[in-house]
Amino acid sequence: MFERTRDLTEAGLFIDRVTIALEGREIVSLTRRVAPGGVLTVMGPSGAGKSTLLAYIGGFLDPVFSARGRVFVDGTEVTALKPEDRHVGVLFQDPLLFPHMSVGGNLMFALPEAVRGRAARAARVAQALEGVGLAGLEARDPATLSGGQKARVALARVLASSPRALLLDEPFSKLDAELRAQTRELVFSKACDSGLPVLLVTHDEADAEAAGGDIVRIGA
Amino acid sequence: MLTRLGPFLAIGLLTVPVAFGLAGTLLPAFGYLPALGGMEFGLAPFAMLFSEPAIFMSALMSLVSGLATAAISLAVVMLFTAAWGGTRHFARIQHLISPLLSVPHAASAFALAFLIAPSGMIARLISPGLTGWERPPDLLIVHDPFGLSMMAGLIVKEIPFLLLVTLAALPQVKPARMRALIASMGYGRISGFVFGLWPSIYPQIRLPVFAVIAFATSVVDVAAILGPTTPAPLAVRLVDWMNDPDLSMRFLASAGAVLQLGVTAAAILIWIGFEKLGARLRDRFSCAGRRFRRDRVLRWGALAAMLVSACAIFAGLVALGLWSVAGLWQYPDLLPARFDLRNWMRVLPNLVEPLATTLFVAFISTFVAAVIAILCFVREDEMGHPPGRGALALLYLPLLVPQVAFLFGLQLLFILTGVEATLAALVFAHLVFVLPYAWLALKDPWRAFDRRYDQIAAGLGKGPVRRFFQIRLPMLARPLLAVAAIGFSVSVGLYLPTVLIGAGRLTTITTEAVALASGGNRRVIGIYAFMQMVLPAAGFAVATIVPALIFRRYRDMHV
Repeated sequence: MFERTRDLTEAGLFIDRVTIALEGREIVSLTRRVAPGGVLTVMGPSGAGKSTLLAYIGGFLDPVFSARGRVFVDGTEVTALKPEDRHVGVLFQDPLLFPHMSVGGNLMFALPEAVRGRAARAARVAQALEGVGLAGLEARDPATLSGGQKARVALARVLASSPRALLLDEPFSKLDAELRAQTRELVFSKACDSGLPVLLVTHDEADAEAAGGDIVRIGA
Repeated sequence: MLTRLGPFLAIGLLTVPVAFGLAGTLLPAFGYLPALGGMEFGLAPFAMLFSEPAIFMSALMSLVSGLATAAISLAVVMLFTAAWGGTRHFARIQHLISPLLSVPHAASAFALAFLIAPSGMIARLISPGLTGWERPPDLLIVHDPFGLSMMAGLIVKEIPFLLLVTLAALPQVKPARMRALIASMGYGRISGFVFGLWPSIYPQIRLPVFAVIAFATSVVDVAAILGPTTPAPLAVRLVDWMNDPDLSMRFLASAGAVLQLGVTAAAILIWIGFEKLGARLRDRFSCAGRRFRRDRVLRWGALAAMLVSACAIFAGLVALGLWSVAGLWQYPDLLPARFDLRNWMRVLPNLVEPLATTLFVAFISTFVAAVIAILCFVREDEMGHPPGRGALALLYLPLLVPQVAFLFGLQLLFILTGVEATLAALVFAHLVFVLPYAWLALKDPWRAFDRRYDQIAAGLGKGPVRRFFQIRLPMLARPLLAVAAIGFSVSVGLYLPTVLIGAGRLTTITTEAVALASGGNRRVIGIYAFMQMVLPAAGFAVATIVPALIFRRYRDMHV
């Protein structure tokens, strides 16, 4: 008993015998550990259940699926927690910036409440934007940004919330080739700097290669 | 959980008043109403009902006018969509027609009356030049014995409604691709649409069509303004009996309400027969491969019908507005000789109280309906699947049962519990009718919301309450305000629930306006009908302008 607990307190993301089924048919079954700063890539054709796995870890699995198994982040089991208490950040293939907030507003919304005081929060936002090469864009309407800029704001936003793990749901698939390589590089280096375990879901071999970590193929 | 309450409240609100109301109508109809000395069941009230003069004439009038209204408005909408769908004309007419949906029935009936009456705008326009009339001719155009004006008044209001529900169903049948495919086989626009697209559209709009039949067979306000008087349509006579100071008339009224229930049910059954006949005709022609390519007359006819029905209301509304500020206005002058505001100054003091009641009831019932609808959709998201067909049919229950049939009983119930003519009871009665529209109007925008925004916010550590108020609510501000405007306009336009539950002590702009119909003071009617029209319009204006102002800096929040 104690043996096991100690084993699980290891830092990083631990996916422990997770099985997801749709109408009794098993679509995903996985046990893996992702170290802080490491990347696990899950590959498979569309409809194979890659995004379903992310949804399970993030805590927003559609009720039509049934799932078993546990997920630990830094030794804490998150599967029993509400999505908002898991501290697991997500990036989708669309940047999904909140259209009713400015760029700065999007980041302010993401900053943890623990960062107190207007000046301190504004400074953190400025720093986060600078970190993705977009210094000074706080007041902009997200709708006026280019595709690459939006993707970078989305990255800055998720990092600003101080997550303990990062889930990437084909986040580069809608960018054109050049932008894609740049954005990919930025995302992975930022995640590595922050010491975040990353789970990447993709059907693009180049993404998997750039990620550099283990690759799991499902639904093939 | 709070969200579990949503469906529970909604189902309760849609079924309980109807069920108890029907019971409260049926018991007195069979002689049982202890409060008024009816201790034994019997058929005496029906014997009394059938000895009323011309009662079958009244019932027949209701049946025929209801069916004709539904058939003509549906035909116009179907032919217009068939002939012009996907064209620029279609989009233009759609924009012209949609605002008419918010005009209360009574206001549009008055508008039509002011247009077609012997002393109305049309007669003035062509007199004395074409007609030689120096004074209004003694013609019974409004209140004509065949109910033609009444049907016209209903048709011009039901066309916008049916067009809107058709437009909502249209995208699911992929009209552009299907049209191209069918046209490539050599079918005319109308026949191709009727053979190929309409069969998959109609089942989706069937309940709204039934609602139109139920409404038109039992309408009171439009019938009182435009309908025949000797005899009046059934529902009008019922309400007269119900409001009779002689309380024993309630037995008669309740028996009449049961007859009304039968008339509406019969109308819907006959309509189902029409549906089968129509399907058979369609199958025969389509199996014979009849192309009907020469449909030009029909196409332009459909456009003309649409334009005439829209322009009639608009012109009538202008006439109403003119009368409200008219000084001396002699026949056959097209315009008043003088304009003055004295009419308004005189009426204004009397307007305040009904206006306050109208606004209060409309705001509260709309707010509560919107909250319940939102709770239902949140619950639906939690469950992961939409409600079944049965729940959807429930939504239409208050719209399919003739209003008189359950409102009589509901009024009785309120009297017995001592809450009659209270604002709470009135809000409750309005809620029964506002909720279905609120739910239907919110359904598509809510389901179209990209749930990944919610998931992102959860990933950023935000709980459900903050996600709702900071993400979902502002992002859906525009459709939610539109829902509010729709609910508000439904409540403002409600006549019968207000008359019966308000019991003459709580009046709204609508009940006051209809009450003025028999008096014939055009200036005062003009003021009340004008207010009736302005309130919903103001609601829609607010719903458009407020989000545009709040989100003016955010491009993706614009339409």
